[in-house]
Amino acid sequence: MSALSETPKESFRLRMLLYDTRYRAITIQIVALMGFMLFAAWLINNMLTNLAELGKPLGFGFLTETSGYDINQSLIEYTSQSSHLRAAFIGLMNTLIVAVLGCALATVVGLLIGILRLSKNWIVARLMTIWIEGFRNVPVLLWIVFFMAVLIETLPAPSAFRGDDPDATMNLFGSIAVTNRGVYIPEPLFASGLGDIPVLGGLFYVSADLIVLLLSLFAGLLVSGLIRNRADRIQEATGDRPRTWHWRILSVFAPPLIVLWMLGFHLGYPELKGFNFGGGIHMRNSLIALWLALGLYTSAFVAEIVRAGIESVSKGQTEAAFALGLRPNRTMNLVILPQALRVIIPPLISQYLNLTKNSSLAIAVGYMDITGTLGGITMNQTGRELECVLLLMMCYLAISLTVSMVMNWYNNSVKLKER
Amino acid sequence: MKKSVFLGALTVAGLAAGAASAATLDDVKAKGFLQCGVTTGLTGFAAPDANGEWEGFDVGVCRAVAAAIFGDPTAVKFTPTTGKTRFTALASGEIDMLARNTTWTFTRDVDLKFEFTGINYYDGQGFMVPKELGVTSAKELDGATVCIQTGTTTELNLADYFRANNMSYEPVPIETNSEAQQQYLANACDVYTTDRSGLAATRATFENPADHVILPETISKEPLGPLVRHGDHEWGDVVRWVLNALIIAEEKGVTSANVDELAKGTDNPEINRLLGTEGSYGEILGLDAAWAVNAIKAGGNYGELFEKHIGENTPIGLARGLNAQWTDGGLLYAPPFR
Ligand SMILES: N[C@@H](CCC(=O)N[C@@H](CS)C(=O)NCC(=O)O)C(=O)O
Repeated sequence: MSALSETPKESFRLRMLLYDTRYRAITIQIVALMGFMLFAAWLINNMLTNLAELGKPLGFGFLTETSGYDINQSLIEYTSQSSHLRAAFIGLMNTLIVAVLGCALATVVGLLIGILRLSKNWIVARLMTIWIEGFRNVPVLLWIVFFMAVLIETLPAPSAFRGDDPDATMNLFGSIAVTNRGVYIPEPLFASGLGDIPVLGGLFYVSADLIVLLLSLFAGLLVSGLIRNRADRIQEATGDRPRTWHWRILSVFAPPLIVLWMLGFHLGYPELKGFNFGGGIHMRNSLIALWLALGLYTSAFVAEIVRAGIESVSKGQTEAAFALGLRPNRTMNLVILPQALRVIIPPLISQYLNLTKNSSLAIAVGYMDITGTLGGITMNQTGRELECVLLLMMCYLAISLTVSMVMNWYNNSVKLKER
Repeated sequence: MKKSVFLGALTVAGLAAGAASAATLDDVKAKGFLQCGVTTGLTGFAAPDANGEWEGFDVGVCRAVAAAIFGDPTAVKFTPTTGKTRFTALASGEIDMLARNTTWTFTRDVDLKFEFTGINYYDGQGFMVPKELGVTSAKELDGATVCIQTGTTTELNLADYFRANNMSYEPVPIETNSEAQQQYLANACDVYTTDRSGLAATRATFENPADHVILPETISKEPLGPLVRHGDHEWGDVVRWVLNALIIAEEKGVTSANVDELAKGTDNPEINRLLGTEGSYGEILGLDAAWAVNAIKAGGNYGELFEKHIGENTPIGLARGLNAQWTDGGLLYAPPFR
């Protein structure tokens, strides 16, 4: 044995890099990597020299200049005197709003359709197939434009609500106005509100009322949790579980309700003022069309993922659950879905990412997302194509990475714990 | 998505190509045609006719340039651009020149690095509203929903105007004129604002143009003209002097009908120089001697182009106004041809 380990070491010679199979693979990879890096460096250098030659050296100073344009939908204070950076931020928030709304819609509808597609009822199953094939086989841009056209052309203009005998009236006891400029819904108002709290040195404001409300809700949930723990303890000690549900409901709902009452909560209803409705919350057409199109389009893919997930759970599980006497919907909720989720979640993540990226089609309906502000008007007014596009790509990358991080974390928490 | 990201990437790729070759005139000659950026469709200024041939006032400038270079007004390919894509298209070298109701501003000239080669229409921003609204002045538009094309000067003027007058408005950003029309006609916005010439051209395509009024206020100066990239002065000169030639031709009474006759020689030295019977001006420009004759024959002189496409006898019905020759009290004043 010892003789074997003492074979004289072959001295290393340069040509072994090429002829010795032990090194060749590494050599090739290093050479390829160097080539790639040289190519990238050449591209970047070429770009920078050409930009300099054009008199447009790379720089991000333009972001602090006044933007000069208005944006209709903004969650935080913004005027045409704000900076391009702030405009980009407003756009980013708008992107996130429609992405979150869209993902929620896609999930709910997709889950429903996916389950119904497996229905034993022939008509229901066929209808769901039509839904899925219809939505996923038409480009999402067409759906966006289609929903917008429908909203604009079929709904009444605000002027139709005017006069003694108007052509259109508000719905739900006069609290909601559905117009071709969007839907106006009542807004929460506080008669004795606490005002706003500046965040990050006045960069934006957060409603103090909202914070107090959330805190009270949180406190209620905490108390409810304590009651449950106490009930658990008593049950473990005595075998009898005290009836606590009414206390728990009370502890969750009472604090927020008391806070609402103290803040003087009331609803502000939209009403016709001048050209448009004033008051209330204005959900613009562009948002609704984009939301519906992205959500329903993606729901078709989600439905297929859900169906695949459910079908991946073996039939024996259902039969076993039935044998235990579980009713079909409890079988679905308690046995099938928890197992199916493990199959469903990874492809669901990529659908969420797709939806977020598809939201950059927003400009087709004039929704001011980040592609519309930073990658649209700002880019156009300042001529900083490269900088804007780089920032834009970074934003989408950041959003996508965050979404997949969160979803992966969730996936890890539901996946089979193997030992 | 990705349209603008994609365009951006193209720009980067294009910047490399664009900057490397500065001799646009040679490139155009080698290609055999001129690539001209126009609108996506604005009747009277640039729109395809029933046969798919582009025609209009801005298109006329492109054709004149093509005729000056090749002697053939059809040696031109048109690229429809939106307010947003036009500058990227020009900067990247995708088009050789842009003639798309584009306002000459400091930023576009100096910061965006373009060279405006003259002004072919002196305009200003206005507002159009349905007559039934009963609005008679822009000052009454507080709270209105305004349709507006993104990536335009219009957008910035609008913000300034409403802020200066302490009024609020709801902007509805839109990419092309036809989408704006759709929203405006469906009453999804109360007001459409853009250059007054654009408003008139848009209104002319409505079923009932008389139901819409253009408000009296003009809230900005919009000198519209063709432009090229910074840095290629020879090419800039070609486009500039073709436009000037059309203006001078009108001033001197040279029309598409009599240009052949006058090109045989006249007793007016400026006409002779312009039409190539005196001096070698075409050669200095890098073109042949008949360049101006061909440019004028392409669609007529400035006045002919105006009357044919947007003048008072067309549905658009624009009066010459500021765009009359200086001799008639307008602003058109081409530098002397000598
Ligand atoms: N002059 C302004 C506005 C130019 C503009 O967008 N004009 C509109 C209407 S006058 C247009 O040409 N639209 C045609 C299209 O949508 O392609 C600018 O240069 O920014």
